[in-house]
Amino acid sequence: MAARGITLSDTAVARIRSLVPDGAPEERGLRVKVVGGGCSGLSYKMDLDEKRQGDRVFERDGARIIIDRKSYLYLNGTELDYADDLMQSGFNLQNPNVKRSCGCGASFGV
Amino acid sequence: MPPRIVGIDLGTTNSLVAFMNGEKPEIITDPGSGAPLLPSAISRLEEGSFIVGDVARQRARLHPKSSVLSVKRFMGLGKEHIDADDRAQYRFAEGEGPLRIVLDDDSETALTPPEISSLILRELRRRAEQVLGEEVPRAVITVPAYFNDSQRQATRDAGRLAGLEVLRLVNEPTAAALAYGLDKQEEAVVAVFDLGGGTFDVSILQLREGLSEVLSTGGDTRLGGDDFDRAIVAHFQRQLRLGDAASAATFALMLAAAEEAKRTLSAQDDARVELPLEGGTKIASISRAQFEEATIGLVERTLDRCKQALSDADRSVSDIDHVILVGGATRTPIVRAAVERFFRRTPLAGIDPDNVVALGAAVQAGILSGGTRDMLLLDVVPLSLGIETMGEVFTRLIDRNTTIPAAAREQFTTAVDNQTHVDVHVLQGERELAKDCRSLARFRIPIPPQIAGLPRVELTFLIDANGILSVSARDERTNTEHSIEVKPSYGLTDGTIEDMLEESFDLAEEDFTARLLIEARVEAETLLHTTERALEGHPDRVTDEERTKLVETADVLRAACAGDDHNAIRDQIDVVNEAGRPLAERIMDDSIRAALATRSVDELTD
Repeated sequence: MAARGITLSDTAVARIRSLVPDGAPEERGLRVKVVGGGCSGLSYKMDLDEKRQGDRVFERDGARIIIDRKSYLYLNGTELDYADDLMQSGFNLQNPNVKRSCGCGASFGV
Repeated sequence: MPPRIVGIDLGTTNSLVAFMNGEKPEIITDPGSGAPLLPSAISRLEEGSFIVGDVARQRARLHPKSSVLSVKRFMGLGKEHIDADDRAQYRFAEGEGPLRIVLDDDSETALTPPEISSLILRELRRRAEQVLGEEVPRAVITVPAYFNDSQRQATRDAGRLAGLEVLRLVNEPTAAALAYGLDKQEEAVVAVFDLGGGTFDVSILQLREGLSEVLSTGGDTRLGGDDFDRAIVAHFQRQLRLGDAASAATFALMLAAAEEAKRTLSAQDDARVELPLEGGTKIASISRAQFEEATIGLVERTLDRCKQALSDADRSVSDIDHVILVGGATRTPIVRAAVERFFRRTPLAGIDPDNVVALGAAVQAGILSGGTRDMLLLDVVPLSLGIETMGEVFTRLIDRNTTIPAAAREQFTTAVDNQTHVDVHVLQGERELAKDCRSLARFRIPIPPQIAGLPRVELTFLIDANGILSVSARDERTNTEHSIEVKPSYGLTDGTIEDMLEESFDLAEEDFTARLLIEARVEAETLLHTTERALEGHPDRVTDEERTKLVETADVLRAACAGDDHNAIRDQIDVVNEAGRPLAERIMDDSIRAALATRSVDELTD
């Protein structure tokens, strides 16, 4: 499979840039993690953090996504979007690795 | 170069600030007077501004109501902690909200202890910025080892209010050990004897591979060097047959003379002082032997606390490798000799006992800025921490790279009916299965037997600034609580951490696949069990057709569990859930109806 990386939508870029203040250290960004647990077996976790050794960083227009090597296995090819409308507010991950997901959207299976 | 980090000893009586000058820590003295100590005193002037330090301490004699002398005693305390002695000294704001000290009888001015401390920190910061000629935005601040979370938080708040980013709170005894460079030794047990102006603390530390762990603390918050001065005053009063009812002014004069005599006795066997009393100047004298006799009770009290601290730490005098003297009052030769006799070794006193904690804070600041010492520095949790859950999988509570101190709380329940206890297996690592992680500790908490899923056990993980992890489990129904403390870094080196991380990357796919399968099976088993129980318990609430379908789909699920395709199991779980839905809904309706039947109509319309 070709390297697909992570893509960021315009709204996601804007949201990350508003979360990471200007003048923050270069390596700061949104960390996306895959952890065991949740109703469908795996869950996403997001946090503001800094790049650490071994992490992969994807950047678009100054917005950075930080992913550790282990989580990247299950995030490769993901498209990150941010929605803020009447129905929902938050980051959405379009993850091609996901075979099943649950109603809450935070948990998935591969 | 990033901005310098200073080390601050925010003391009860005096405070100091220090920095790393190259490889050596150095106290920053007041640019005006050259004094190293800043008395931890503040006073509010009539026009509303504040003065800090020596001038504030002087002013406090005449304006005690608008001054605060040892605010550290109140840090992190609530109104319920204030006793009659405190009320005699200060007036506290009435009403709701945090503890606030009223600083002026005429006004509504009342400040919280962190706000008062921030005035002292601001002054130290100003001092440092003036001497270093640069901005000082970040600091390490020391706190007593016995400070609890809210006292520590109050100290952090004080730093923030003073415009300082508090990078780390360091325990005072740990700072003293750092100042002496004891952290460079492989392993040592250290006793820190800290006799300040008004407080006495003793701590037993275990230093291991650059990490310091407080084994026990003890002390007396109402015993300090000032009591030695008062003992000399009592001696003078007896000698000159003055009686002990001196006026406040006379007593202050005698205290000053006593302090002078005490200092003289540090170098000579006899001290003579002039006492300008109301009836003319009188000469008082005290010999070292008399001083010893007058203060033997005080010294004994400190040694009793040392004994207690040793026993709390489960150590004996022979286990102690070093004794460190901290606090100005340890300059007194009789104190020093008593400590030496008790611990059967010469205490370390090469560094000025007034400065040693601040110097140690500067050493810690130097380590944080990455300049000086190479050691395993646990700013962050190096490997995730969690517990083993159903199916022997590892469930994380605190993720790798979380900055310390850190805390996490989560509720867990049982997976099997009528469990009489819950085993808590504390693990560390990055792998998904318990067997591949490091086992840190195990303990067991008893619970009353109940149906699976009903018990609520709350787990709390707490890592303090020293990297000590305490895990406590509480059964919400009986309030039974069990807890343990472990040192997750024990036996870990950078190399092992590196290896464990590598392994978790290399085996990530296998690990996740195994975990997904286990968790799918656990969920399937739970569902199969509930389904069976529902069919047995409510045989009349299900049609024959529904029963047949449920039994059939359950059999397919059982077969899927024997295989290793977690998606097949999950898909079949959905099918069984769907087949059981009519039954589940009827059972639910029944129980709601039963619950409502016991209530009156009035309650419902409420």
